[in-house]
Amino acid sequence: MKNKIFPAAADALADIKDGATIMVGGFLGRGTPSGLLLALRERNLKDLTIIRNDSAGSRTNPNDVNILIEAGHVRKVVTCFAVFGSPKMVSALEAKVMEGKTELELVPQGTLVERIRAGGSGIGAFYTPVGAGTVAAEGKEVRVIDGREMLLEYPLKADFALIKAHKADRFGNLMYRKTARNFNPIMATAATTTIVEAEKIVDAGSIDPDNVMTPCIYVHRIVEIPRRGAR
Amino acid sequence: MNSMEKPRMSEGEMAARVGLELKDGFYVNLGIGMPMLVSTHIPKGRMVIFQAENGILGCGPHAEGAEVDPDLSNAGDEDITAIPGASFFDSAVSFDMIRGGHLDVTVLGGFQVSEKGDLANWKLPQRKVGSYGGALDLAVGARKVIVLMKHTTKDGEARIVKQCAYPLTGKRCVSMIVTDVAVIDVTPAGLVLREAAPGWTADEVQAVTEPKLIVDGVKQYRRS
Repeated sequence: MKNKIFPAAADALADIKDGATIMVGGFLGRGTPSGLLLALRERNLKDLTIIRNDSAGSRTNPNDVNILIEAGHVRKVVTCFAVFGSPKMVSALEAKVMEGKTELELVPQGTLVERIRAGGSGIGAFYTPVGAGTVAAEGKEVRVIDGREMLLEYPLKADFALIKAHKADRFGNLMYRKTARNFNPIMATAATTTIVEAEKIVDAGSIDPDNVMTPCIYVHRIVEIPRRGAR
Repeated sequence: MNSMEKPRMSEGEMAARVGLELKDGFYVNLGIGMPMLVSTHIPKGRMVIFQAENGILGCGPHAEGAEVDPDLSNAGDEDITAIPGASFFDSAVSFDMIRGGHLDVTVLGGFQVSEKGDLANWKLPQRKVGSYGGALDLAVGARKVIVLMKHTTKDGEARIVKQCAYPLTGKRCVSMIVTDVAVIDVTPAGLVLREAAPGWTADEVQAVTEPKLIVDGVKQYRRS
């Protein structure tokens, strides 16, 4: 079997090119592959498209997709959360959007994750009631199903997915902890190349098959990056 | 007395009023901000299970000291605990619950609610960029949407309006509005004023509310 374990984050990310579309797991400060993101920033790439739940930074983890947006590496962000509520808290993304340097596609959270699931599971498109009658419906095909207005939504796929796992085995079977799971297992299915930052790599068989949350078929590269400090 | 100067219910009292609506065994999602106060205002003897869209059913109280787990938060990224009987799941499952009609209630904040029950709560009109979060999904998916908000803006303008001027979160999705002044049901006939804060007459509530309220036996704002 091909070795999926890479010695360092930089090796696992070496073939990502300008203009790549990258999914990044995590929800605010939890479950974000920060070690991979820090290494990706070193690549100094441009025109990236980032697909990620939230893109306004977080109180509890300074190293999320914000570091790529601030560095000017990102051309487009697909997200559900671009700014915090207070107009005084201007996110790096909001500033870039206002300057016209970064494009924002705002997607309702459940629609975002479902589009990613569709991308990973071969679904061509789906109808959802979420966003009907709002600006989220602009430009979308509307159909009344069972008496409710529904919007047609298309899948999202990526060249790379950056995933944070608690534990990976040598095959690439993954386990997550608590609410650090969030978008990670869904994004792991929807990219051509899925790269995992695991806190610990263990032998095959160490994870009970009943407890595998992402089966190894979805995982292409694994890097061990122990948890630093409290977070 | 000018209605802007009349005493209003505190945020704690508003949260407690919403708590009265949450029955034993209900599954409930609380929006970020003031709605999160509701979790600590559940009447004694009732077990309400709180879901958070980041992937937990069974949110417990905030975590302190050694309880803090870097992999456990609510949807507002606050350190919380999980109650015995909690479960964790991914974001797709979380929104299956939300969109699929499995939540009994969601409590959301609001900028404006219309007389038809349209909700605007995700973006201020003067700001170019906003955040949906899970609000659009919750507004459509929960069986009952309760909006918890101040009755008027800082400048005294009505937030309960004939038609929302702010961008919508959902159309005809709100069932009940709990404010610092009143409790209002959204019905097919229109907005029904159920309760008014102590010292407020129905006419005084109407004066800070844009659409016509249906008034029939208004009670005092309940505390229990």
